[in-house]
Amino acid sequence: MESTVPLSHYLVLSTTLFVIGVLGVLVRRNAIVVFMCIEIMLNAVNISLIAFDRYMNLHTGQVFSFMVMCVAAAEVSVGLAIIISIFRNKPTVNLDEFNIMKW
Amino acid sequence: MEHIPSPTVDLVSLAPVLVLSVFAMMVLLVDLYVKRDKTLVIFISLVGLLMTAISAFAKFDLPVHSFNDSYVVDELSVFFIMIFTLSSALAILLSIDYNKREGIRMGEYYSLILLCTVGMILLASSTDMIMIFLGIEIVSICLYVLAGIRRSDPKSNEAALKYFLLGAFATGFLLYGMTLVYGATGTTKLGLIAELIREEQIASKPLMLMGIVLLIIGFGFKVASVPFHMWAPDVYHGAPTPVTAFMAVGPKAAAFAAFFRVFAEAMPVLSPSWESLLCIVAVLSMFIGNVGAIMQTNIKRLLAYSSVSHVGYILIAVIAKNSLGSSSLVFYMLAYAFMIFGAFGIVILIGRKENEMLEIADYSGLAYKHPLMAISMSVFLLSLGGMPPLAGFVAKFYIFSAAIKEGFVTLVVLAVLNSVISFYYYLKVIVYMYMKEPEGEFQISLAPMTVFVVVIAMVGTAGLGIFPDPILYFTQH
Amino acid sequence: MLEQYIGAGIMLLVATAIACGMVLLTSILGPKHQFPDKMEPFECGESQLVSPRQRFSVKFYLVAVLFVLFDIEAVFFFPWAILFQRLGVFGLVEMFLFILILGVGLAYVWIRGGLDWE
Repeated sequence: MESTVPLSHYLVLSTTLFVIGVLGVLVRRNAIVVFMCIEIMLNAVNISLIAFDRYMNLHTGQVFSFMVMCVAAAEVSVGLAIIISIFRNKPTVNLDEFNIMKW
Repeated sequence: MEHIPSPTVDLVSLAPVLVLSVFAMMVLLVDLYVKRDKTLVIFISLVGLLMTAISAFAKFDLPVHSFNDSYVVDELSVFFIMIFTLSSALAILLSIDYNKREGIRMGEYYSLILLCTVGMILLASSTDMIMIFLGIEIVSICLYVLAGIRRSDPKSNEAALKYFLLGAFATGFLLYGMTLVYGATGTTKLGLIAELIREEQIASKPLMLMGIVLLIIGFGFKVASVPFHMWAPDVYHGAPTPVTAFMAVGPKAAAFAAFFRVFAEAMPVLSPSWESLLCIVAVLSMFIGNVGAIMQTNIKRLLAYSSVSHVGYILIAVIAKNSLGSSSLVFYMLAYAFMIFGAFGIVILIGRKENEMLEIADYSGLAYKHPLMAISMSVFLLSLGGMPPLAGFVAKFYIFSAAIKEGFVTLVVLAVLNSVISFYYYLKVIVYMYMKEPEGEFQISLAPMTVFVVVIAMVGTAGLGIFPDPILYFTQH
Repeated sequence: MLEQYIGAGIMLLVATAIACGMVLLTSILGPKHQFPDKMEPFECGESQLVSPRQRFSVKFYLVAVLFVLFDIEAVFFFPWAILFQRLGVFGLVEMFLFILILGVGLAYVWIRGGLDWE
């Protein structure tokens, strides 16, 4: 393996992306943006899966990342559908305004 | 160009999943051609669940490992499939009258329940982290939709959104945990992970440890344990009541099965690093669940918080990680299924259109008007609290003895203390039913199917409590 | 037991520090003067013809979501296509089963009216 970038770089990249996603979910109040941050988290996972595969000469992680992508797509469609159906009753995507029940 | 040999495909051991998937797709397509009357759709769904339950016994000489060790049929999974099909069938029966009352006319509802059950079966039978992930996602995505199925009701919308955002957030943690464990061991198969841990010194690898912590967070969200329980009360409150009952039993049982497989079966050697974390989570769940329930005025929220505290008790079975732990886990989930479906059945009977009659105060004086209903509700609540000789008592006793056998005495003492606290709010509801004057009129139409579910639940709760031996025998062998 | 987590903790701290640091740095160092061109959705010189904020029909959403779903499923065809000859009959049968399940989904969407524009 003639790779000059060590595994740890990929791991730091993926952890950084993951933390950016987590912070985004916790800080942002727009449902769509929160949703995008969750996608960032999933893609951070994909990066580390592929990195592990490359450095340990495995294949399972690639299969795993296919599954993650596929599931992420399914989640996107369900999530957008939920947001759209909410928007019909209450034209906002600000999470602070969904407070009929206390969080 | 060499040929890749075909993998061994063992369709018989996958039979429950296949049967149920086919039925779910059938329901989806049949529904397109029936208009208002959903009887046919419901009938097909129930037949599908029955066939699934039967096909779970297709394999002998358990455990059978198939699909390159990523799927297993063992006693645990067969018993869990029974619990799943039972709880899904009860949920569908509960929905029949409820959906008519609330005007939920989508046939997809039944299809989603079946698909969710497929996910639960996969979750309980998988021994590969990829499959566990897929199982969890099948279950979760179906539940997001089911929670928001009343599209015109803002509460249902809100429940769906909260459940979706927090569920997807948790998925991120779970996945990252799985990835790190994969990175530390180089495999996603639980069996191989267990072997590797036993042979090598993976225990101190930071990747593995961080993976374990993230897995606990991810699973913790999915089973609604403290401190990841925030979604549970809101989602249980906002979702349609049969879906709430369904959510509280099946998916939770499935997540616990996977929890048990990942932690107690694959990583028992690493227990020093996860045991104490899980103990804290368990104690906090019991305590905060019970304190939260005391402060509730809405019956669905009360039951939601009580389910958080029950998660704490069930976690003790995972911590005990012996064979007694796994059999007490399935017994608890079975008993819990009966109690929860009974309690929510009564809630549906008393409830009225558009979320009315869900406050605890609305139950005042129920005993004077409908004594039978008040007695059944009391039985379910007392059983949830753990009163002998009901099912809840035997289940708790069984879990506690599994933990004591492993030497977790303090944990068990705390759990027993919490059971005592929990009686406060269960008795509060009973006091309202028996000691207070009725406030308004009860307009109860005894919907036959809902009553049927309550009767089944009653028989189960009392039967498991008084004659636990046959089921106990079955769980141990 | 706790010292085992130190390594993991350091990694998490570094990652958090990088994430927070970048957000902080851009807010401190980033140029802040605003001019009209900067506020336009595209800074590439082409002036906009209509307001980008107008709403478009919710029908597009349905098409988009269905597209995403069926598009992502295609991801499973690529590894299969590359290994098609080596997988032999078994791969063919499996892929047809997969397509059959997708077909059930498509049939559902079609009959349910998800593909009708009007």
